[in-house]
Amino acid sequence: MYVAVKGGEAAILATHDLVAEARRGDEAVPEISVAQIREQQALACARVMNEGSLCDPDLAALALKQAQGDVIEAAFLVRAYRTTLPRFGSSEPVDTARMAIRRRVSATYKDLPGGQVLGPTYDYTHRLFDFALMEGDRPEQPAKPLPASDGLDQTMPRVPDILGAEGLMEAEEPPEGDPRPFDLTREPVSFPAARDVRLQAMARGDEGFLLGLGYSVQRGFGGNHPFVGEIRVGEVSVAFVPEELGFAVDLGDITLTECQMVNQFTGSKEVAPQFTRGYGLAFGHAERKAMSMSLVDRALKCRDFGEAATYPAQQDEFVLYHADNVEAAGFVEHLKLPHYVDFQGELELIRRIRREREARRAADDDAVPEAAE
Amino acid sequence: MSAHQTNRDGPARGAGSQPAPAAVQGSFAMQQAASSREAASSETSPAYNYAYLDEQTKRMIRRALLKAVAIPGYQVPFGSREMPLARGWGTGGIQVTAAIIGPSDRLKVIDQGADDTTNAVSIRRFFERTADARTTEATQDATIIQTRHRIPEAPLQRGQILVYQVPQPEPLRKLEPHETETRKMHAWAEYGLMQVKLYENIACFGEVTTTYDYPVLVNGRYVMAPSPIPKFDNPKMHMSPALQLFGAGREKRIYALPPHTSVRSLDFDDHPFRIQSWDEPCALCGATDSYLDEVVIDDRGSRMFVCSDSHHCETRRAAGHRGAMLGDAAASGLIEPSPSSANGLVEPSPSLRGGKADEATEEQQCTTPPGLLRSARKDGGENGS
Repeated sequence: MYVAVKGGEAAILATHDLVAEARRGDEAVPEISVAQIREQQALACARVMNEGSLCDPDLAALALKQAQGDVIEAAFLVRAYRTTLPRFGSSEPVDTARMAIRRRVSATYKDLPGGQVLGPTYDYTHRLFDFALMEGDRPEQPAKPLPASDGLDQTMPRVPDILGAEGLMEAEEPPEGDPRPFDLTREPVSFPAARDVRLQAMARGDEGFLLGLGYSVQRGFGGNHPFVGEIRVGEVSVAFVPEELGFAVDLGDITLTECQMVNQFTGSKEVAPQFTRGYGLAFGHAERKAMSMSLVDRALKCRDFGEAATYPAQQDEFVLYHADNVEAAGFVEHLKLPHYVDFQGELELIRRIRREREARRAADDDAVPEAAE
Repeated sequence: MSAHQTNRDGPARGAGSQPAPAAVQGSFAMQQAASSREAASSETSPAYNYAYLDEQTKRMIRRALLKAVAIPGYQVPFGSREMPLARGWGTGGIQVTAAIIGPSDRLKVIDQGADDTTNAVSIRRFFERTADARTTEATQDATIIQTRHRIPEAPLQRGQILVYQVPQPEPLRKLEPHETETRKMHAWAEYGLMQVKLYENIACFGEVTTTYDYPVLVNGRYVMAPSPIPKFDNPKMHMSPALQLFGAGREKRIYALPPHTSVRSLDFDDHPFRIQSWDEPCALCGATDSYLDEVVIDDRGSRMFVCSDSHHCETRRAAGHRGAMLGDAAASGLIEPSPSSANGLVEPSPSLRGGKADEATEEQQCTTPPGLLRSARKDGGENGS
């Protein structure tokens, strides 16, 4: 039969229709709205925003809807759109110390200024199905009186800052001259990669990949002993200085998750021993992502501290090249494209090698009886 | 390249009612605003710039291309963009083509040598939609040929540009995974590792077992990955009068072979480089000098071999060359009968049909009026834009 993947155009058009049909599912079931996804699947939206490198909950929700909930496909949609957007400038650095806190926990201090704020977390849920959710349309519960969040302290210093005030924490200094951060979506990365490049690559990197790498660091493939100095989730304001105005204008608030890990100390003859830092930052509520990122960030700093880069999580080329799930998915999945030209080359070769081997063996067999006689 | 380039760089939207791009292409939004004022006679999607990429990006890619041409075989890093097609599916080639294409070009897109493989169709459609591209399947008519895995059989001409889609631009990558190391190896022309690998092949199997993406030495200086073309095609790169451009989108590298560049496949004096050969000719056109695809035709091990270069095969059949199975193929609907012919079933026609996997679809194919796929494609192109 001639031939599998030819006659493409009509088939491609047909597959677009089939995708639309599959996406919609059973038409007896009401269609899900983008607003529903944005509001009720916010953690998935956060992941799409992170891996798509675009803070836009509506587009993230649309991408999830269009991709039938496939997060990597959704991130791909977001990125392909993002790349067409004009760059009109960089915001002022956001100040997470002034975050409007929703959740803030520290594993290093029992109590600290501002206190521990549990906020919304699955940490202490028992993973038992809530079958009531299956029903949907639950009668409106009378709103429970929530503990007033305005009871939170206005000042919530970041834990590493507290340690830093004592000189115990590695300082976070911008590079000489505070240059604009590298933009890996516009420039090719070279190695060894600087920290701005590494953090950027991890911020848009695959959560699962970073989780696995972070885990490997903890288990022994990387020698760091981290403490969660602090995880904080909340809203920060984004300010922008338009050239024609010359002063900062508030653009609005975005939700961020920040994790700072405190790692075992290092020091030298000149510098007194200090704890070292691992940093993670993500859009939306994305603790697992931010924690994994901060573990790998610390592992990737090995060179700065004169540690041997023995483990995968310590090798910037390995981590940065392979954390990008849109690239990884593209290359893994390209294997389903036709390769029959190359495979034909392999077939021709293996058949010939086997033929020649058979011929040699036959010649040897012929030779043996003669030798015996 | 310069002749082509000036052609393209001029008022790129010279054609008819197309708006000329602003001197500095600011944004897609601007472009959209400009286009919406124009009568929408264009088939290109007005929300996007001509050939999808913004002009700044094209300029960046052209700079990388110029550098690549100046240093044949050297991999130039470039700011590869996120494309609306998957990484690993030709985004490097697409970006190169988008940076050099203009309204006066005729584009041919092939995958596995054929114009009608799904990914080639998809990429051709992309340029039909975004660059209003005139496309062709005729190798000699094309000014730009984007390819994956093959070089056309017909010799390329001066003025033609062959754009390769490259999955892995680094020929040393399988020997040394670190980019920091391979860059040094290229800088020092330290290619002993590659020779050792080829030698080990010979020691184990009696010959070099690399059948595609066979490493070449360019201009006596850089070892280069020719992309996964079969080694059968390697000799075609040598001293080609066409410009050859290589784009690796995911790996963010561009490299090039200017016309008339020496390209030598690595080998040993006592084990000279040799290419694939087949015991039988193409079953459709009888060619003995083309690269053949193997097609399994039943579950009892029967096979037929046909040209992988679909246009080459069609051209030969149109010229009256007949392979052993041409009659059978026409009778079973594999070859489109020529409508003008009284005895359409055996008359070779310039167009191949396909898309059959089992008996059921074969029946459908047989009842499909000739040329349906082709007209479906035209409709699709218009509807889709």
